Amino acid sequence: MIKFAWIIPLFPLVAFLLLMIGRRKLSEGAAASIGVAGVLASLSLSVAVFLERLQSPSNYVATFDWLRIDQVMVTMGIEVDALGTLMLLVVSLVSFLVFVYARGYMRGDQRFSTFYAYLSLFAFAMLSLVLSPNLLQIYLFWELVGVGSFLLIGFWTFKPEAKAAAKKAFVVTRIGDVAFFVAILLTFWKVGSLELSQVFAAVESGQLAPEIVTTIAILIFIGAVGKSGQFPLHTWLPDAMEGPTPVSALIHAATMVAAGVYLVARTYPLFLASPIAMDVVAYVGVFTAIFAATIALVQNDIKRVLAYSTVSQLGYMMFALGSAGYVAGIFHLTTHAFFKALLFLAAGAVIVSCQRQQDIRQMGGLWAKNRTVGSLFLIGALAIAGVPPLSGFFSKDAILLAAYQDGRYIVFLVGVLAAFLTAFYVFRLFFLIFGGSYRGKEPVVSVPKVMVWPMIILAVFAVATGFVNFPTDAFANWLVEGNGIVAQTASTPWWLPVGMTILSIIGIAMAWILYGKRSVAVSSFGEPGPLPYRLLARKYYVDEIYDRVFVRSLKGLGLILQAFDRFIIEGLVKGIAGIISWLGRIGSRLQNGQAQSYVLVSLIGLILLVVSFTAGRLLK
Amino acid sequence: MPVTSYLVLAAILFCIGLYGVLTKRNAVIVLLSIELMLSAANINFVAFSKYGLYANVTGQVFSLFSIAVTAAEAAVGLAILIALYRRRGTVEMDQFHSLKG
Repeated sequence: MIKFAWIIPLFPLVAFLLLMIGRRKLSEGAAASIGVAGVLASLSLSVAVFLERLQSPSNYVATFDWLRIDQVMVTMGIEVDALGTLMLLVVSLVSFLVFVYARGYMRGDQRFSTFYAYLSLFAFAMLSLVLSPNLLQIYLFWELVGVGSFLLIGFWTFKPEAKAAAKKAFVVTRIGDVAFFVAILLTFWKVGSLELSQVFAAVESGQLAPEIVTTIAILIFIGAVGKSGQFPLHTWLPDAMEGPTPVSALIHAATMVAAGVYLVARTYPLFLASPIAMDVVAYVGVFTAIFAATIALVQNDIKRVLAYSTVSQLGYMMFALGSAGYVAGIFHLTTHAFFKALLFLAAGAVIVSCQRQQDIRQMGGLWAKNRTVGSLFLIGALAIAGVPPLSGFFSKDAILLAAYQDGRYIVFLVGVLAAFLTAFYVFRLFFLIFGGSYRGKEPVVSVPKVMVWPMIILAVFAVATGFVNFPTDAFANWLVEGNGIVAQTASTPWWLPVGMTILSIIGIAMAWILYGKRSVAVSSFGEPGPLPYRLLARKYYVDEIYDRVFVRSLKGLGLILQAFDRFIIEGLVKGIAGIISWLGRIGSRLQNGQAQSYVLVSLIGLILLVVSFTAGRLLK
Repeated sequence: MPVTSYLVLAAILFCIGLYGVLTKRNAVIVLLSIELMLSAANINFVAFSKYGLYANVTGQVFSLFSIAVTAAEAAVGLAILIALYRRRGTVEMDQFHSLKG
């Protein structure tokens, strides 16, 4: 079955083509069926591949020659390893559930079929990305998922914010992509091959100088920073919440933003060979984790809180990888995909039931009105807060343990603090939405059934995924088998899980005291507030700083260039044209229809002729 | 040299005619000025036939031809002028600018 893994991405591609061809004709039901059928086929094949990979832990590689560059052959193909198999399963499962969910969420949208077409295109690109055996192919699909993200963020083209957010996402991630591309060129130049296996072999044999390895690893990491919304390129991710909620759940929580983490994990031998690169990954990751968590404390848009939470959790995965916690990072990627997708889908259900209201100041008291969504959201919140025995508890512990064992105590402590903040802000969100009394104006409506059961499945995964690595290290052993990366198997100190559990319960309790018990009046929000509050509410002014430093200076440069074009280049063009037409006007003034002036002109001509002949003869 | 005085006379007449052609607005005057220029040419013919280097009668014969042609030209010119006057109601030269591109 593993031999047919290359077919997995093709189902969504076919669905995309069908939907694009028939996007004007298809009814909503037909379009959704095509899209769901595509990912369902991918999902079943992915499950089959996963089961087979479980039994026979050997990688499967199949390639064909694609391009010849001098002596080097660039190939295309697939490589099915443990990480790829896991990603296939996660991506296709979350995609399938989100596709089903979108049937309810996007009901009545004018471009319903187009939405499913774009989603299918994204699923195709993402599934191909995780199967890629070489850097060039990864880059190809890396950009294609970026296109899918761009199209879907800006899907509601009538919203100017959505269009601006789509452009921002595209431009900001492009900064990282350029670095990634430079890394690819550098690799090709130094190693002479783009195949990951050959690159790793070159690193292991010491063929590459350490500084080159460091440069390549850091450049790849910058690419991952762009895609995974790490500081300082995180600004696009919260803005991307302008897209429809299923998109946020699938692309900007579960899959595409995790592609950066996946990339670092995929090229992990490069990072392992370079302590500096590992430091960079760890510190950028942990800084992002705490930075985004503090911003999430005060945001008032339900999806923005979750977006900053995603940024923060991606920071967790990064610093896990940077602390040699390969398994921990991937483990958290998996659990996060489930519980964050669950949170986003539940948020989407809340938004639908509040009639497209996203401001949590206009919500409240929804527990009584919609207990199903409430309890699903609660499961997601408990999972992300790290309450045992939900999945987030295990993966977060694994990450902190990795940082602790790697001797990065600062990273460890900041990570613990970020975990506490996570518990606090997510339950602030929960209590503001579901606790207290309803503060909105529009009546609450019910949520379609088709949106509820994907969430139930995700909730099952969010609860249960943690047990794949507990009580035995089955997951860790399976993931690292045969790829040369050592899994950390040292036993957990007893105080870590206990302390973390107590910390998250304190966080939840504080959120309950501040936002749950006291039903907060609307007027207590939104005031200018003290300085730290304002600093957080304005997201540390990062957008403003970028606007001042980069956007304006580039705009200034643009203005200068425009002036050069307008006045100098265009001045030359217009000057030449002006001289010609001035000559033409003089010529046309001669031809005024007056026979007498014609005679005068010919007389002058005659005189000139006579004078010049005479002069010529005299001078001879 | 007597031929010089004839030539000067012819030149003066020609210049008066040319001036008239170039400056007068009335088409009849312009026509008259053209006659003047042709007369200047005729004077030259006659002068050279009498005092020229190879004096012979050809010049006088040619001037007779020229006078006949001039008469015809004047007749045709005046006829055109009358037609123009009927059509446009004026004989002012600067009103006739339909040649303008």
